[in-house]
Amino acid sequence: MVVALPIAALVWSSRSGGVSGSFWDAITNPEALAALKLTLAVAALAALTNAVLGTITAWVLVRDDFRGKSLVNATIDLPFALPTIVAGLVVLALYGPYSPIGVHLAFTRAAIWLALLFVTLPFVVRTVQPVLLELDTEMEEAARSLGASERTIFFRVVLPTILPGILSGVTMAFARAVGEIGAVTIISGNQPYRTEVASVFILNRSQAGDPAGAAAVAVVLLTISFVVLLAVGAIRHRATRYERG
Amino acid sequence: MGRRLALRGIALSYLTLVLLGPLAMVFWRVWEEGVGKAWTAISDPNTIHAFKMTLLVTAIAVPLNTVFGIVCGLLIVRRRFPGKGLVNAFVDLPLALSPVVVGLSLFLLYGRTGWFGPWLQQHGVQILFATPSIVLVTMFVSLPFVVREVVPMLRELGDTEEQAARTLGANGLQTFFRITLPSIRWAVIYGVILTTARCLGEYGAVAVVSGSIQGKTETATLRVQEEYENLNMAGAYGIALILAALGLLVLVVMLRVKPKEEAAR
Amino acid sequence: MPMNNTRKMTLVAAVVAALVTAAAAAAGTNLAIVGYSTPKTVMGKIIQAWQQTRDGQGVTFTQSYGPSTDQARAVANGLKADIVFLSTGDDVNLLVDAGLVDSKWNRQSYGIAADTVVVFAVRDGNPKHIKGWADLVKPGVQVVTPNPFSSGSAKWNILAAYGAERRLGKTDKQATAYVQQLFQHVVSQDTSGSNATNTFLSGKGDVLITYESEAINARLQGKNIQYVIPRQTMLIQLPAAVLQKSSNKDAANNFIRYLKSVPAQELFAQYGFRPVNPTVAKEASVQKEFPARPGIFKIDDKYIGGWRQADKVWFDLKSGRMVKIEEAVGGPSSG
Repeated sequence: MVVALPIAALVWSSRSGGVSGSFWDAITNPEALAALKLTLAVAALAALTNAVLGTITAWVLVRDDFRGKSLVNATIDLPFALPTIVAGLVVLALYGPYSPIGVHLAFTRAAIWLALLFVTLPFVVRTVQPVLLELDTEMEEAARSLGASERTIFFRVVLPTILPGILSGVTMAFARAVGEIGAVTIISGNQPYRTEVASVFILNRSQAGDPAGAAAVAVVLLTISFVVLLAVGAIRHRATRYERG
Repeated sequence: MGRRLALRGIALSYLTLVLLGPLAMVFWRVWEEGVGKAWTAISDPNTIHAFKMTLLVTAIAVPLNTVFGIVCGLLIVRRRFPGKGLVNAFVDLPLALSPVVVGLSLFLLYGRTGWFGPWLQQHGVQILFATPSIVLVTMFVSLPFVVREVVPMLRELGDTEEQAARTLGANGLQTFFRITLPSIRWAVIYGVILTTARCLGEYGAVAVVSGSIQGKTETATLRVQEEYENLNMAGAYGIALILAALGLLVLVVMLRVKPKEEAAR
Repeated sequence: MPMNNTRKMTLVAAVVAALVTAAAAAAGTNLAIVGYSTPKTVMGKIIQAWQQTRDGQGVTFTQSYGPSTDQARAVANGLKADIVFLSTGDDVNLLVDAGLVDSKWNRQSYGIAADTVVVFAVRDGNPKHIKGWADLVKPGVQVVTPNPFSSGSAKWNILAAYGAERRLGKTDKQATAYVQQLFQHVVSQDTSGSNATNTFLSGKGDVLITYESEAINARLQGKNIQYVIPRQTMLIQLPAAVLQKSSNKDAANNFIRYLKSVPAQELFAQYGFRPVNPTVAKEASVQKEFPARPGIFKIDDKYIGGWRQADKVWFDLKSGRMVKIEEAVGGPSSG
């Protein structure tokens, strides 16, 4: 109920396409298209980065041990508890014009990628951790005793088991990255056609008095995300086929 | 050993660049701009009320989403029904909606000229610009987490233990509480942590639907924004730090749950 | 057991009834103010001052502050308000269109509560020697301004740029071309005025186009910000209006009248706003703080024609000049 109603209202209101006259016009507006392309590309990149680095992080947090590990573990979720503008502000402070470490990435597309990484960091890490924690190491031991290399063990034994966890985290990361606005507005410069993401375009449209047009683009974004999510679900389905006998 | 160090190195550098660096920045900013100014902002009665509001909304949204998450997760993994794949993808959608859009859709539903607007006004029910709408949007944006944590766990674990219990005569509820729930406890714990953190940090949607009425409908994140708009950075970062601390507190509490259970077993 | 429950419930009912009657009795007059962000502090002070006067005694206030257009939209969607204090007449027109504010609000004697002007915030020492609009399009100058489609304050900036050029004798075409040139120098279009200020303060850009009141507010907050007022600049008139559905119209009208009185206007001046009250405007300290500019013009200047006209010509989402300019500067056809 909580989910369906707002989405339904959104889809309904976007029918008219608002100022652009029709739904199709609203979404083929060149600025909208540019924004959509940018959002999808950077979100996908962020999701993939998370998939790899997030898994490594989860692995290190579960299987490794070092001083300060629990502290590091505790900080993983903090990006979440912070309002997104704070995320944007600190990334700007670190990697902007006054950067203390001399990195000047702000107001570029790379900056958007960075901000998205910050807000999606917890996802893959936290979905893989529980699975790793409950993982029976028997199979790994068995494989090792049979002479398999660490790499084989990882790819043949561990990975398939944690894959659902990774994919779960990746879908969340992608979805979140697509919808993120707070941190991105601070750090990207929001230049139409260049560094303006879809969520900012939608904001601009609705502020400028074209809520139906904004809703139209939002619906498109939603649909594309939905399709991606379905696709990932299908991948997982096939990849774990052998488990279901 | 080499591999271990290499992995550790990669993970830690990644975390430092993307997470720890920025977090340290937040601390640094409060220090730099003046702890006194930060404290004034934090102890302002409107801010204290805002914290209470945030905690109230979180306290309502988290349990509801946890229950929903576990139930939904079980349905998705253990039952077969048409459109299952769709429901699964649907669960993630709240994340893909930018918060502003979430708020706007609530306007469409409950606003003065919305679907339910006139009816609500006639009956004097206040949803928008009052606590109910804040709870609704917060629940909406934090919906997916428990589900997404629980689903891979359930898949990985399989249902052999539950089947065994059932053959031994246990009924549904017993199976659930004695077998299923403990086996997914880690997933639930992390799911709750994520959900809570998200509820604490939600800004965009709440900003649109709450009306920002001082002392009434402001949450802590709204106060951060206000301080920021008035260029009181110390205040903004200060309040943000308290939010982060609250998130940390929840995490510490939740992680303590496990050792006790282990001991009991 | 049942006996206890009944007694408990009666007790609860009695307490609730008592609370409700107490609340109703203590209610008195409450004015709900919905305003934009910058005047939050000064409004707090003015409210306190007014509550000491005869008209204001016993009146309580609920206050809400946020970005101007967001606030206007919230009121249009049901946020309870007796008085709105916004940053552009454009946003008040939003409420007029929703049937919540009288269309003649601007012609009433108390439509505008305070003024400010469009200024350029520059780096310490003004290294690029920015004095006027022509300097903004010199090679290598980077400009920061919010996006006009999401931020009301950005609209003032653009109209000021256009109006200034017209004032200098350029034709409509030439002035519009100037605005396009200006946007080629823009390096960040933030979604709000405060985000733009933050972008500038975090090191991006050589000049920020903003309001005088924002710059002074930043200074009051301890930020080191220098600003230049160009000779040709736009007078930004900040509107306050009473909602038609207000159940406390008398109190609301009294308060708005108070906003234009000497004590309130002096408070405005203290916090960086140009007073509209002629007595206060003539005070020596006010004249010093807010220098006059020979080329000041207003929104209803003949080259601009008021908000409705400006919206149609410049900010219409399909055919507005800004849409074409944004596309020319950043779009697929550009470099």
